[in-house]
Amino acid sequence: MDSGMPIPQGIEGAIDRTPAQSARGTYLEAIHSWIVTVDHKKLGILYIAYALVFLLVAGAEALMIRIQLIRPHNDFVSPFTFNRLFTMHGTTMVFLVGMPILFGFGNYLVPLMIGARDMAFPRLNAFSFWISAFAGLLLYYSFIGGVGLSGTGSAPDVAWFAYAPLTEKAFSPGHSTDYWAVAILASGIGSIGTAINILATVFCMRCKGMTLFRMPLLPWLYATTSFIVLVAVSPLTACQAMLLIDRYLGGHFFDTQAGGSAILWAHFFWIFGHPEVYVLVLPAFAFANEIIPVFSRKAIFGYPAMVAASVGIGFISLGVWAHHMFTIGMTSFGNAFFTLSTMLVSIPTGIKTFNWLATIWGGRIRFTTPMLFCIAFLFQWVIAGLTGIMLSVSAWNWQLHNSYFVVAHFHYVLIGAIVFMIFAAIYYWYPKITGRMLDDKLGKWHFWLMLIGFHVCFDTMHIPGLMGMPRQIYTYEADRGWNTLNAIVSVGGFIQGIAVLVLVYNMVHSFFRGEEAGPDPWDAWTLEWATASPPPPYNFATDPVVASRRPLWDLKHPEDPDSAFE
Amino acid sequence: MRDRLQLARWTRGAICAASVLFVSVRLTAASLPGSIFAPYSTPASEEKKLSIFVLLIAAVIFSGVSSLLVYALVRFRSRPHDTAEPPQVFGSMQIELSWTIIPILIIVVLFLGTARVLFSVQDAPRPANALDVIVVGHQFWWEFRYPQYNVVTANELHVPVSSKAEPRETFLKLTSADVMHSFWVPKLGGKTDLLPNRVNEMWFDPQEPGLYVGQCAQFCGAQHAKMLLRVYVDTPDKFQQWIAEQQKSQAEIANAHLTMASMPNAGNQNSAGGNPPNTQATNGETMAQSADISDAVTPQNGQLVFEREACISCHTVQGTVANGRYGPDLTHLMSRATLAAGAVENTPGNLEAWIKDPAQFKPGCLMPAMHLTDRENQQMTAYLLTLK
Repeated sequence: MDSGMPIPQGIEGAIDRTPAQSARGTYLEAIHSWIVTVDHKKLGILYIAYALVFLLVAGAEALMIRIQLIRPHNDFVSPFTFNRLFTMHGTTMVFLVGMPILFGFGNYLVPLMIGARDMAFPRLNAFSFWISAFAGLLLYYSFIGGVGLSGTGSAPDVAWFAYAPLTEKAFSPGHSTDYWAVAILASGIGSIGTAINILATVFCMRCKGMTLFRMPLLPWLYATTSFIVLVAVSPLTACQAMLLIDRYLGGHFFDTQAGGSAILWAHFFWIFGHPEVYVLVLPAFAFANEIIPVFSRKAIFGYPAMVAASVGIGFISLGVWAHHMFTIGMTSFGNAFFTLSTMLVSIPTGIKTFNWLATIWGGRIRFTTPMLFCIAFLFQWVIAGLTGIMLSVSAWNWQLHNSYFVVAHFHYVLIGAIVFMIFAAIYYWYPKITGRMLDDKLGKWHFWLMLIGFHVCFDTMHIPGLMGMPRQIYTYEADRGWNTLNAIVSVGGFIQGIAVLVLVYNMVHSFFRGEEAGPDPWDAWTLEWATASPPPPYNFATDPVVASRRPLWDLKHPEDPDSAFE
Repeated sequence: MRDRLQLARWTRGAICAASVLFVSVRLTAASLPGSIFAPYSTPASEEKKLSIFVLLIAAVIFSGVSSLLVYALVRFRSRPHDTAEPPQVFGSMQIELSWTIIPILIIVVLFLGTARVLFSVQDAPRPANALDVIVVGHQFWWEFRYPQYNVVTANELHVPVSSKAEPRETFLKLTSADVMHSFWVPKLGGKTDLLPNRVNEMWFDPQEPGLYVGQCAQFCGAQHAKMLLRVYVDTPDKFQQWIAEQQKSQAEIANAHLTMASMPNAGNQNSAGGNPPNTQATNGETMAQSADISDAVTPQNGQLVFEREACISCHTVQGTVANGRYGPDLTHLMSRATLAAGAVENTPGNLEAWIKDPAQFKPGCLMPAMHLTDRENQQMTAYLLTLK
């Protein structure tokens, strides 16, 4: 960009070349500006930072779980504490890490990639963030609230899916379940607000020339995700309200002792819970859709099929929830239906996987740190998908359900696919967000430690499941043959812990000492690279006008523009 | 040339390692008590066969996709001085159609394979001679009721073997007294959840006598981890014998016993033996209230302590006043190998320790410590030890 390249009509002047104003206020003013901000970039950073803090917290909880399980009959923590730890680990990772970090990237990237100045509803955006932040603090206040400052207070202990009637007053006295329900209710409001915002932004705020089919895949996938959030988080919010009515107003929705239904809760929860997996994984796909082409130096293969597959996943994902309930006593017809619907998801996801492969095929692959994470993601995603198909085989699922095989499977999805892609996104967009590159050497250390730790931990974790180890147990018998396997899993967990610390160090270190990035360090093609790093509050000095899906390719290759083919 | 030799050596090494791994995994799998790959019943072996089928398909898909990926990564890596952009390809209808249709075909195969096992196992008709067992899940133990035999026991399920010559399936009706639980004994089949307000069903036909272990597979509270499950598969004769022993009430046993020994309150007990249950209970109560309990560590004194304390509001001992339903039936406690849903071995020492403070074995379990004196604990243990 700075090489004096001729700038085609439209993006010309998108970069404001006047030096940024560097008037620094006092710290108090700086903090104030972050609290009152409605800027999508600052809110995006807040989301990401907030999620990373909770990632460390929930990671620490995971390591405590792994210490407890490192040998049979361990007494590192009490059963009560253990139950709170895995409940909080799961709830935190899904609601306070996964959703916020993905919304954070969405907030930051969607307006930039569609050439907009901000989200459609900037104040709603700020409200959504702060109510989510409140939900996180409320959930964690439970550790000190209630019983007292010692021990684990009254943190929730009913597992992250909180099956009824364990959550009813009769079985869960005190306030631990209330913290859980209210925190999720609050974070759900935030999620729905952000979903509405992203949908409105994608459909109403695109720059001139950007038709829906010239939009990069990332905003497409974020729109799909937001649609799922809108449809799927509402039932979750509704059933939290029902649970609270049961607990405080004498309702009997899930109160089996008064004729309520335990299955009703399971349906409500998984109507949210399974689409939620796609809410988390679609943004990961979105990152892959942006990063893999850039480092393969090729346009994404089969753009229309990728859009169709993503939207298809969005719809199919709403009809598969009861595959979490094959053992709950549905009819054989019901089980068969959900077997088939679940297997259908593998068609669009298969299309996506093959299209990534075809994007790489014939390219010139640059093995940068973000690309390394993408490659690991591709392998791990294939395995996670295959174990997913195994779990959809309902007759086999009767054996696998609620075993460590399931735990290994969803960690393969959540870490092997989603967290790996979040790391790729951090390495890829950190230069845009901060203006400085992350240290590459530390990045490679992070990648290899993470990769080794991940496979030591989660490849091994499948086996105890096949050997009969159920999930959510605070200890196990010594004669079941699970001892060595669990010890290996724990070691793998700690290696990943170290890897994450390397990332944290890298982020802090590079923020102050990192190499200057410039507007377009990766030689990329989408609009966010057409402005300064970090972008000024108004994003683009002039409103960009685009003629193809890769406006910066057109800019750099005026002899062979994409716009000639689309 | 040298590279190729090296490659051949590596390939051979990898194949050797893989087969050693495979064989050792198979051997270990079969020897582990909870392995789903060592089935001993029709549902479990159907599920295992299906799982091998699915695993093979998955292995083929994985090796196909991952070798393409590895090939692409090696073949299309960027080389130094290679600065030109590669040719830009935007898609190909034929190729994309092919990788849409092939997965559809795979899914059809997988679905049909699944449906066959699903319907044959889940909708299997109940043979007329099947054994019925009602399984009731409790926080954190199992209640087993045999309606055909009027037998109630806990935590250790006894069922007959089902041989080819003499098939005898076990059909379970599962429900819960409190929260959700799940019945899982991997070698006998997949799991089925126990829900309050609902009855689920499952069945198995154990093919070899022996002990099969499992545990609760649905998080149910503080002691979910120690809600263990033992299934004893007995030969038909041994099963009948076990049923006959379980059918005796303690009054009958005591009756038989008392004809030989003289002891305080003997007359009372004696007459109780032949009476209908309600009279018997009244007599028992009178006995518990009126008796002076001496310091002697005898079963009789233990019974007096047991019946004086709150024990009887949760536990049943058939043929005595104890008729609680909240905790496990203790009528034949000593016929069981473990205590506290498999948490510890059933030894006199453990029994006494358990009564003194259940939380030392299962913190969070619902049985309270009764805060008895050591003497009373010993007496009670002596009594419980007679419940054969």
